[in-house]
Amino acid sequence: MTLTAAFFAIIRRDLLLAFRRRAEMANPLFFFVLIVTLFPLAVGAQPQLLQTMAPGVIWVSALLAALLSLDSLFRSDFEDGSLEQMLLSPHSLSVLVLGKIIAHWLVTGLPLLLVAPLLALFLGLPEQAMGTLWLTLILATPLLSLIGAIGVALTVGLRRGGMILSLLVLPLYVPVLIFASNAVDRAASGLPVGAQLNILLAMLLAALVLVPLPTSAALKMSVN
Amino acid sequence: MSVIPAAVSRFFHRTASSPHFYALADRFIPWLTAIFILLLAAGLYGGLYLAPTDYQQGDSYRIIYIHVPAAWMSLFIYVLMAIMGAIALVWHMKMAEVMLVASAPIGAGFTFIALVTGSLWGKPMWGTWWVWDARLTSELILLFLYLGVISLYGAIEDKRAAARAVSILALVGVVNIPIIHYSVQWWNTLHQGPTVSKMGKPSIHVEMLVPLLLMAVAFKFYYLIAALQAAKLELLKREASSQWVKTLLEKQA
Amino acid sequence: MSLESFLYMGGYAVYVWPSYALTAVVLIANVILPVLQRKQLLRQISLRQKREKR
Repeated sequence: MTLTAAFFAIIRRDLLLAFRRRAEMANPLFFFVLIVTLFPLAVGAQPQLLQTMAPGVIWVSALLAALLSLDSLFRSDFEDGSLEQMLLSPHSLSVLVLGKIIAHWLVTGLPLLLVAPLLALFLGLPEQAMGTLWLTLILATPLLSLIGAIGVALTVGLRRGGMILSLLVLPLYVPVLIFASNAVDRAASGLPVGAQLNILLAMLLAALVLVPLPTSAALKMSVN
Repeated sequence: MSVIPAAVSRFFHRTASSPHFYALADRFIPWLTAIFILLLAAGLYGGLYLAPTDYQQGDSYRIIYIHVPAAWMSLFIYVLMAIMGAIALVWHMKMAEVMLVASAPIGAGFTFIALVTGSLWGKPMWGTWWVWDARLTSELILLFLYLGVISLYGAIEDKRAAARAVSILALVGVVNIPIIHYSVQWWNTLHQGPTVSKMGKPSIHVEMLVPLLLMAVAFKFYYLIAALQAAKLELLKREASSQWVKTLLEKQA
Repeated sequence: MSLESFLYMGGYAVYVWPSYALTAVVLIANVILPVLQRKQLLRQISLRQKREKR
């Protein structure tokens, strides 16, 4: 099997596995909507206040939803031994890992785009910001999966790695949070957002190239 | 490797052996301590007594002599940790692993000092204990990065594997630090908080600058002492049942 | 300058001295704790070795 074939086989396998457990797939989505719902209850339902907070609220919720979904990235493969098989396979582990991350994003990141309009409605985000919200989600949720993959790979061998995972990953999410929520914020007041989107795109491309390396090194450490 | 001269590689091999490193640390620590105390005394005398009172901030500016060196150290130690992480990953050098692990709590300590003294300095200057100022915010995130390293090392039971894990983490962290730093700075200029005119760039007087540099160098020596002490402990923990520890104990008895 | 005015720190004593005290505490702790732990560890190891000898 060629490397490309192996890469797509991994993606197809993970998508199939996820599709068989559809109910689990929806959990991060519900979680996302649920957190957003909590904010009006906590700070009060003044439309003005919610509208100013909307970009931040949506992005913090997206961060937390991504964090919650990260555990499924390598956990089941680690437990049933297929991760070990991946390490033994003749193909470059980095490429296989990238395949797994892409599949994970397709399952957990992409659906966030579907609920985005609902959130905009909840928080009274101006319609002109909808496009930007979508764009930032497209650019930045893969980043969340990529950065998170390093953290998961480091903690997958631990029985209770959840708390440590969030401690490792959330500080690294800070730049994504800043640029993405700021882009939505500016779009809501009708300002140009080219710079923010370009920075997010640059970070995404850099992460695509750089992340598989430490992730596969960490996986080797975790499996041994 | 032929690129490295034989003498250098011999030095590395010898320092890389645990008993040799242990003995070397024991021999260096008294000297380092003496230099540290001298520098500290000079820095404190110059900073707290000789340096003139600032015409804007009064005597509150004297916190600078620990705040700024501590903030420098917090970054410096993280970068060092990443370098040692790279060495540990590439050459599997045990001493680099040990020094990396030993450095993390010290770096976290300096980050904590920088945060609290920044807050104590901010109270008279800004009127509040905390503002979401770019430097304080990125320092806070740096503290989380340190805590991540410490807790990851503590959580993995096999210490060889744990050292590999924190080496990877330190490298990932050091790539992210500039990105975090600039994004926070950029964020801060957008959401213009309370103006920090008084904390801006003061034209610093020579009599104020010299003690600051003395303190900065003193802190570097302190780091060496503390890291060597922690590294000795870490070595003993890892190799408690080895022969050299046995001979060490016999010598002491 | 008298000692009193030195300690007074131009009215900022409440901020300056706690900063220095906290720094001292953290720095000393980071050196003393490893030393104490090492002493304890060495005691444990030598006890274990004596037990093994018997």
